[in-house]
Amino acid sequence: MRFGIKSLLAAMLFTSVSSSAIASEEVNVYSYRQPFLVEPLFQGFTEETGIKVNVVFAKKGLAERLKREGANSPADLVFTVDIGRLNEVVEMDLVQAVNSDTLNSNIPSQYRDPEGLWFGLTTRTRSIYASNERVKDGEITTYEELADEKWKGRICTRSGKHPYNLALIASMIAHHGEAETETWLKGVKANLARKPQGNDRAQVKAIYEGVCDLSLGNNYYLGKMLQDEEQTKWANAVNILFPNSADRGTHVNISGMALTTSAPNKANAIKLMEYLTGETAQTMYAEQNFEYPVNPAVQPSELVASWGEFKADQLPLADIAGLRKAAAKLVDKVAFDQ
Amino acid sequence: MRTNSPTYPVKSFWRSEHYWKLSAFLTTSIICLPVLAVLYLAAFPDDNIWVHLSETVLPAYIKSTLILMLGVGCLSTALGIGAAWLISHYSFPGKRFFTWALLLPFAMPAYVIAYVYTDFLEYAGPLQSMLREIFGWQSSRDYYFPEVRSMGGAIILMSLTLYPYIYMLARAAFLQQSVSLYYAARSLGSNSFGFFFRVSLPIARPAIVVGLSLVLMETLNDFGTVDYFAIQTLTAGLYDTWLNMSNLGGAAQIATVMMLAVVFLIMMERKSRDQQQSFSSKTQSRPLPTQHLTGKKAFFATLLASTPIVFGFLIPVIILSDYSIHYFDKSWNTQFFTYAFNSFSLSFSAAFITLVIACILAYTKRLDNSKFTRSMTQVSSLGYAIPGAVLAIGVIIPLAGFDNWLDSIARSHFGFSTGLLLSGSIAALLFAYTVRFLAVATGAIDSSLEKVTPSMDMASRSLGKSSLTTLIRIHLPIIKPGALTAMLVVFVDCMKELPATLILRPFNFETLATHVYQFASDELIEQCALSALVIVIVGIIPVILLSRSINRT
Repeated sequence: MRFGIKSLLAAMLFTSVSSSAIASEEVNVYSYRQPFLVEPLFQGFTEETGIKVNVVFAKKGLAERLKREGANSPADLVFTVDIGRLNEVVEMDLVQAVNSDTLNSNIPSQYRDPEGLWFGLTTRTRSIYASNERVKDGEITTYEELADEKWKGRICTRSGKHPYNLALIASMIAHHGEAETETWLKGVKANLARKPQGNDRAQVKAIYEGVCDLSLGNNYYLGKMLQDEEQTKWANAVNILFPNSADRGTHVNISGMALTTSAPNKANAIKLMEYLTGETAQTMYAEQNFEYPVNPAVQPSELVASWGEFKADQLPLADIAGLRKAAAKLVDKVAFDQ
Repeated sequence: MRTNSPTYPVKSFWRSEHYWKLSAFLTTSIICLPVLAVLYLAAFPDDNIWVHLSETVLPAYIKSTLILMLGVGCLSTALGIGAAWLISHYSFPGKRFFTWALLLPFAMPAYVIAYVYTDFLEYAGPLQSMLREIFGWQSSRDYYFPEVRSMGGAIILMSLTLYPYIYMLARAAFLQQSVSLYYAARSLGSNSFGFFFRVSLPIARPAIVVGLSLVLMETLNDFGTVDYFAIQTLTAGLYDTWLNMSNLGGAAQIATVMMLAVVFLIMMERKSRDQQQSFSSKTQSRPLPTQHLTGKKAFFATLLASTPIVFGFLIPVIILSDYSIHYFDKSWNTQFFTYAFNSFSLSFSAAFITLVIACILAYTKRLDNSKFTRSMTQVSSLGYAIPGAVLAIGVIIPLAGFDNWLDSIARSHFGFSTGLLLSGSIAALLFAYTVRFLAVATGAIDSSLEKVTPSMDMASRSLGKSSLTTLIRIHLPIIKPGALTAMLVVFVDCMKELPATLILRPFNFETLATHVYQFASDELIEQCALSALVIVIVGIIPVILLSRSINRT
């Protein structure tokens, strides 16, 4: 018995230590995005180029890990799901500029850093989902109207502190100033049907259940829900709206990437960046994840296109990132999540 | 105690006890590094968070943190002590089964149970749908149903997964109580309840408090469940400060305050316990007689014992199995065995390392019960009081620092680069697990060792055996049940561990928990239900094996 445990332990220690083999051609990614969403893209890249993509996924702490690993960090690229995190690695001075004609021509200038420190991959709108039974067409057309008293007890949302909501609030601050945004946020808070909870999908479910009539959510969740047998009925209970399309445009966030300062496989990393903004990969993003491709040569999926055209807010993303802390403080100030 | 530790005229370093102290000191120093790193971070915040926090949400954070801790503390203590008392004092149908089955909910990660119950009990869930159908209710306005995603829900679900800590330790404590006390109490006219409250419980208090403090620390650190239930605790404020306000230093300050609060609680308890030290008997004798229950009473005992198992284990497992069948195609994954192997080998190795270190620390304390050695045990347990993701940053700082230092030396003296040796390796994960869960193991080993009478040491040493031989030949066999329990708890905790694993792991390295998290973080647990089930199953195999081996000894 004792011998058995010992040899088992030795075998386990050995295999676990030796499991990290190193391939010759590779690129290493620290990803804030779930691997199952990006894996098919990486597979496509490996098939085309023979370069292996290695991933570590976590929702927090990767920027810190990168910082502490310093010049010896194995990471080449950082992937994020919003501008806030992207801006963070830039501010922490962990990334380097990339000057690639392919990237510059594939990505419109508002979705990449002017100096080439970060690049957007896809865009997503912060949409309003409205019950198709209880909300009439045209009854709400702007974010500002969410604070209107007629929606009292009729709005659901996830935490105000979620990066997607913070970016929206930051964009409100950019357009209206802090004081006016605070009044607006207070108004929205007063209209909530329940304490902020769950993710964007859960809010649509709540509309389906009759808990509320309006919710905030990223556009791709609708596509994802329609793919799922169980969730189709939730999706069928709502219309997706693109607020402020008549004036400044709908708030848009990006998923993006940046090249680390230490990148040991720089050439491969740039190849991957270029591949992901190319038509094949962008089409996959559009078809499988229901996001809007940044590459203007690639059309959104048929389903996404069927939701209608919208005008995107042209506010520079860097401005939104810069106001993130102020937005977070406002959320506390009006006790939005309490 | 001090007079009991054998002392010899110092002949050489190895004949003296110094190498115990030295190795304990070195181990403690290494184990402390991540905690020190967090303190270091706390010294350099980006700006003062406390002004903003105290003006806005701090009172709410503190209030909900306290309510949650109080609720989980009370409920899990009641469940844990109740179950332990039932098992150790009565015999009823199925008792042998319940003895180990009461540990099963422990294998269930709290975030999984939270998700599963919400899905089951919410408006669109099967239960309410069925009720509406039966009673013809149209909407949520027609009836009242308690909200799962609430403070009450969080308290109940967290208690269901955490009470086994208290059950385990309380049961061991009850079993070790001397039978003479029982007869003395009974002869003085005390009934069974009186004996329980006035004799048994006070004696078992140290063990129960160890379990309770583990429960409270786990509650304080939890993020997954409270986040899902939209409860704004201090941990939520901590992550907000770190991630949304980009103020890691401020977050480390919150972590430090939380850690100090825990230390303060434990010290207060210890102080009040010191005053009743004379109470406990150190002699071992026959176990308490068990009362044989029959008829109605036996039925109720069985019902009571099965309640936490049904709610904390059976129902969630049934729901998960149901998901697994429905989503089998999405859920099935060829990498499954790799994930399970990674989880298992990692947790097993971490449990073994933790056990060895806990033995060194506890035994050193036994040999030399000075303030210094006692404080080493306490300091090395602090990792458990820090939220996992913050601890992970605390682990990276010294490891990456060491790697880069070694690399710069190699570069300048030998002209080659060593790169990162520890950071981003399995070793980093093992280190993090050890730092995090050492408290669990030390607590169990320490309390088992305390029960071994010092005359054992003296007998062995007077026969010329060294302290190491005494530990291996005398103590380890005696404390085997305690040691196995410690290893089991650390193993299961490691299987479930998430935040540190995510941040510290090597490239392309998935455990069952990280695989589940990918989906759970998007509220899609259905699609990884099979993996979640495997976590539970892999977790219960050692529960069963070990409890059998504990029963045999």
